[in-house]
Amino acid sequence: MAKAKTKPARFHREGMEVSIAVSHAVQLARAEAIAAYPITPQTHIVEHLSSLVADGQLEAEFINVESEHSAMSACIGMSAAGARTYTATSSQGLALMFEILFIAGAMRFPIVMTVANRALSGPLSIWNDHSDIMAARDIGWLQVFVKNGQEAFDHTVMAFKIAETPSVLLPMIVNLDGFILSHVVEALEMPDQELVDQFLPPYSPRHVLNPKAPVTMGAFAMPEIYTEVKMKHQVTLTNAAGRIQEVWDEWGQLTGRQYYPVERHLTEGAEILLLTMGTLTEVAEIAVEEMREAGLPVGLISLRQWRPFPFAALRAAVGDAKLLIVCDRALSPGGAAPPVLAEVRSAFYTQAQRPDIIGYIIGLGGRDVPPEAFKDIVAKAREEVTTGPTQEFHLYGVRG
Amino acid sequence: MADVTKLIHKYLRHEKKFPHVWCPGCGNGIVLGALIRAIDRTGFSKDDIVLVSGIGCSGRMSVYVDFNTLHTTHGRALTFATGVKLANPRLQVIVVMGDGDATAIGGNHFIHAARRNLNLTAVIINNSTYGMTGGQYSPTTPYGARSATSMYGNVEHAFSIAELAVTAGAAWVGRGAVYHATLLDQLMEAAILKRGFAVVEVISHCHTLYGRKNLLGGAAEMMRAQKEAAVRVEKAATMTPEELASKFTIGILADRDLPIYTQEYRKIREAARTALAGED
Repeated sequence: MAKAKTKPARFHREGMEVSIAVSHAVQLARAEAIAAYPITPQTHIVEHLSSLVADGQLEAEFINVESEHSAMSACIGMSAAGARTYTATSSQGLALMFEILFIAGAMRFPIVMTVANRALSGPLSIWNDHSDIMAARDIGWLQVFVKNGQEAFDHTVMAFKIAETPSVLLPMIVNLDGFILSHVVEALEMPDQELVDQFLPPYSPRHVLNPKAPVTMGAFAMPEIYTEVKMKHQVTLTNAAGRIQEVWDEWGQLTGRQYYPVERHLTEGAEILLLTMGTLTEVAEIAVEEMREAGLPVGLISLRQWRPFPFAALRAAVGDAKLLIVCDRALSPGGAAPPVLAEVRSAFYTQAQRPDIIGYIIGLGGRDVPPEAFKDIVAKAREEVTTGPTQEFHLYGVRG
Repeated sequence: MADVTKLIHKYLRHEKKFPHVWCPGCGNGIVLGALIRAIDRTGFSKDDIVLVSGIGCSGRMSVYVDFNTLHTTHGRALTFATGVKLANPRLQVIVVMGDGDATAIGGNHFIHAARRNLNLTAVIINNSTYGMTGGQYSPTTPYGARSATSMYGNVEHAFSIAELAVTAGAAWVGRGAVYHATLLDQLMEAAILKRGFAVVEVISHCHTLYGRKNLLGGAAEMMRAQKEAAVRVEKAATMTPEELASKFTIGILADRDLPIYTQEYRKIREAARTALAGED
């Protein structure tokens, strides 16, 4: 891990609700245009941003539009006019944006969006899981997950820099778990404006709607060109991985907090690995530490970068572990596997040496996942390895 | 047993779903009361009624009543209801929405439902804000009012929901306020019995968020303000626009007999069948 040798005194430490911290990250990133619609549990982020704009602490346009469909449409307009653009949503709001999300990705607008992850209806639930973002897996945006408030802050700032890179120019989603993370108060370290300004220069769009130099945006594609445009999008998104790591490294140099697409915790000598995303990672860390103390060779890897999927980093992190337990927070009804498990299995299908891969779906619709659940899952998975697989995947803790 | 208690026992899921989530002093309880009293007077059986709701504080209403209920997504209550009514026109479909549901995220559905004229009853509780998500400005937040997303005053102008419904072509439009509970009972009953798309806009208050941000006092003060600002439609006809500037009208704004969608649909189908039979 590359730590800065001398950390400059350009930070202050403060306790605040994570949603508020995210809005301060957007403020420090000098977002210029924000369009949003109220939805739980994202609300505090844009609500606070509206106050920052109203109080003159953030020079930006803010509009509370009439739906999320309008919010993302307005964001595209804002970005097309050359503004650094931000929005946030959750669950049904993300679902209502669906049509426009693909357009933002394909038109290559570097919009940054926070998704406070929440279960999709039905049944109606306001609580946390990843069914919202997993349904929007293929929208063609860069996507990361964070496990705590500091990461939520850091990745929000970094997302603008990554997204606006001329060789990238893709929108980016920072996923943070609704309520479990969005509504907790955490101590976090915030850089001053000068440092963020150094790190993140003003957005200089390559193509912008301008009456003096007109351009065509959103044009129709005939069959002769549609596939080529999709190929270009795919290649650009995949190649963005290099730029993502560069930006994370630069932030690491400035702050001492270094990020990787796949993070490891106690993986040295681990024969059994748990794989988590988002806030479950911190809970799993506790479980893994306790299992290690009890003599079990268990480690943890967490998937920070979801799009582009970090195939190489995942294989390197898994190494020669014998058992990999993938924890999903969404269901793919009738499918081969829940979304993360499906990707992980794909990543290892071509590998000569691969671990047993067992999938558990946990924490749906706000169901609490304590450290004991991970210990229980590890015990069950170890038993399954000896008896042979019983199911494609397991839905953990179903009552009745 | 008092009459009120009898109605509560008959129509509310009082043993299962209470206490409710609404703040003390909320107008939603008055609206629910008016609705069940009106339904009771119309004589429909509980199983004739379908109560459809959207999302937000008003969305909870379908949870508390012992009718057929459909708790839908934000803004789509009218579209779900359209499907119910088309598939089974004999059902008495009542749709409860908030101002966010009906005029923001579902605004498009609202004007088209009015234009289409299905035999539905739409009750819109207008409290000028998004109450459940924390008091952001909505399409009915007055110009200049403060909200969680307009700390120094709203720069947008509000819809007048009842007038919008009249213009969009609703067959029957009434406006009441939670202060005027007796009138509200009458409006609800007339709206349910009306053949065609009937809209009841209910002026309500969110003292918890909107009232607090705009220093309008508690529930009692905000209801008193409704009393002072409300003018009967009949009286308003004799007043100047200046006199009506800070007022809203209550009563029946439109009552007209218009072709009903399901009947028109049946007619055109029969006409088509006749025409096709003639060709044979």
